[in-house]
Amino acid sequence: MAADAVHGARKAGRYALLAVVSVIVLFPIYAVLLQALKSGPDSFDHPRSLLPVDLTFDTIRSAWTIGKLDRLLLNSLLVAVAVTCGVILTSLLSAYAFAFLDFPLKKVVFAMFLATMLVPAEVTVLINYNTADSLGWVNTYQGLIVPSLASMFGVFLVRQVFLQVPGELREAAALDGLGHWRFLWSVATPLSRPTLGALGLFVFLGTWNAYLWPSQVITDEDHRTIQIGLEHLKTPNDISKLNLITGGLVVAAVPIFVMLVIFQRQLVRGLTAGAVKG
Amino acid sequence: MRRVSGVRLSGVTKKFDEGEDQVTAVDNVDLDVADHEFMVLLGPSGCGKSTLLRMVAGLEDPTSGEVFIGEQMVNDVAPKDRDIAMVFQSYALYPHKTVRANIEFPLKVRRVPKAERTAEAHRAAEALGLADHMRRKPGQLSGGQRQRVALARAIVRRPAVFLMDEPLSNLDAKLRGDTRTELVDLHRRLDSTFIYVTHDQVEAMTMASRVAVLNQGRLEQVGTPQEVYDHPASVFVAQFIGTPPMNLLPAGLLGGEGVRVGVRPEHLLPAADGAVTARVHQIEHLGHEVLVLAESETAGRLVSRLAPGPDVPVVGDSVRFEVRPADMHRFDATSGMRLP
Repeated sequence: MAADAVHGARKAGRYALLAVVSVIVLFPIYAVLLQALKSGPDSFDHPRSLLPVDLTFDTIRSAWTIGKLDRLLLNSLLVAVAVTCGVILTSLLSAYAFAFLDFPLKKVVFAMFLATMLVPAEVTVLINYNTADSLGWVNTYQGLIVPSLASMFGVFLVRQVFLQVPGELREAAALDGLGHWRFLWSVATPLSRPTLGALGLFVFLGTWNAYLWPSQVITDEDHRTIQIGLEHLKTPNDISKLNLITGGLVVAAVPIFVMLVIFQRQLVRGLTAGAVKG
Repeated sequence: MRRVSGVRLSGVTKKFDEGEDQVTAVDNVDLDVADHEFMVLLGPSGCGKSTLLRMVAGLEDPTSGEVFIGEQMVNDVAPKDRDIAMVFQSYALYPHKTVRANIEFPLKVRRVPKAERTAEAHRAAEALGLADHMRRKPGQLSGGQRQRVALARAIVRRPAVFLMDEPLSNLDAKLRGDTRTELVDLHRRLDSTFIYVTHDQVEAMTMASRVAVLNQGRLEQVGTPQEVYDHPASVFVAQFIGTPPMNLLPAGLLGGEGVRVGVRPEHLLPAADGAVTARVHQIEHLGHEVLVLAESETAGRLVSRLAPGPDVPVVGDSVRFEVRPADMHRFDATSGMRLP
C-alpha cells in the first residue's frame, strides 16, 4: 500500500513537471496565434490580453494579400523541396563512396569534409555571395538552391548507416550481379530509409526557416522566400496593421507544423536508428 | 547438354598485408574438384579454407596461381559472371525484401522475365519447404528458415558451382543434423558441383564426396572421408579427423627410431600381454560405446574405444593395451608426414 502511494505520488510529480514544461513551450506559440487572430487595433489596445475574445481572420487575410504570401510560400516550397532532394541525393552518393569504395586519400578527404562542419555558415556567406554574384546567380532560384545542395551532416549520417551494412551482404549482391549503382539503389538506399526520412525532414525545415543566405542573395520581390518576405510586412507607422507580421508568421509556420505532425515518428526513429544497433 | 562445372586450382597463393607484414593465408594450393563432386574444405579456423573459397567465388584475387571453373581460367572474371552461387555463414539476405523477392532477386538482376522468375522462385521455395513464408521478411524467420532462403536464392540461378561458407554454423545441433541430410539430398538432385567450407569434421565426414584438409594455408590431404580417416597423410590430419582424436605415441615407442606411431581409439584394445601399460582415470559411457581415458608413463594420455560389456575396466585399474601392426599409423617424427 505504502509503495503504491509513493509510486502514485512520483507519477503525479512527473506529470506536473511535464505539464509545466509544456506550458513554457506552448505559451509563446499560443501568444503569437492569439495576436494573429485579433484585429490590428485590438492587438494594440490590449497587447497583453491573453483571452481569446473578438477573434477574426482579417489580420491573416490581409497579411496574405498585402504580403503576397502565396508567392512567398511557393518560392519557399520550391527551394525547400529542391534542396531536400538535392541533399539526399548528394549525401547518398558521397556517403556511398566513403563507406563502400576504396580510393586514394579517402581518409584525408573525409577528414577535410568533416572539418567543414567546424566552419559556421555565417563565415561562408560573403565568399558564397561573391561566387553567386560572379555566376550571375543573385536574384535567381539557383542562387537560393545550389549552395545548399550538399550537407556534410547528411553525408556523415548516411555514411554511418552504410557502414553498418554487413560485408557479406555486399558480397552476396556482387555475386547476384549488382554493380555499384544497383547496390546503392536497391539495397543500400532502402536499408537507410528511416535515416533518409529524418535527414529530409531536417533539411526541409532548415531550408524553410533559412534567413541569412536568402536575405543576401535575394533582393527582388519575385524570388523572396517566406522568411524574407515576412520582414516586408513590418508597418510600424500603421496602428491598424500592427500585428500583420504575426499573421504572416502563423501562415509561414503552418507547413512546418503539418510536416512535423506527419513525420514525427520518422524523425524520432531516424535519430535513434544510428544509436541503437538492430 | 551438360555444362562442365569442375573447379581446378593451380598453385594458388594468397597473401594479405597486415601492417608491415605479409601473412600467407593460402600457400601454393593445387586442387581438382571434379564435376558434380561434393568437396569439403576442412580445417581449423585461420587455415585459409574460407579464403580459398572466396578466391573461387572471385571475392578475393589470388596473389599468384590460377583458378579454373570448367575449362575457363576465371582469375579475371567478375564474380557475377563465374556461374557460381554462394551461401554465406550469415546468410546475407536482403533484410528489406520479402522471402519471395530475395529468392527472385538474382534472376531479376539478370533480367529473367517475371513469369519465369516467379515460377523458378516458387519451385525453389517448394523444394525447401518455404512456400508458406514467401511474404515474410528475413527478420520474421527462424535461423533455419533464413538458411533455406539463402539456399533457395542460390538454387534459382542453377549455377554450375555452389559455394558454401560454414552455412550450418549458426544453427542448433538438431537442425544442423537435419540440414546436413537435406544438403546431401540437394546435391544429389542438382546438377552442380558443391564446394563446402567447414571446421566441423562431422559435417565433412557425413557430406563429402572428398575432403580437402587444410592447415596453415597448405593442403595437407585430399581424399574420400574414409581414405582420410584410414590413411591420414600427416600427424595433423590424423589428429584433426576422428573423435576422439588418434592416440599419438612418443617417438620411438613401438615404431623404432625417428618414428611416431598413431593408433585410433578403437584399435587400442586391452590385452593380457599388451605392450603399453596405463592407469584408467576416467570412463565415459556413451551408450553404444565406452571411452576409456588412461594415463601411461611411457605413452602419455591414451583413449580407447570399447564396446559396452563386462570387460570394461573401472577407474583406477591398470590396463595393458595392445596394438596390432596393421592398425598402426607410422609418421616421421620430424616432418609429421606419413611413412609407408
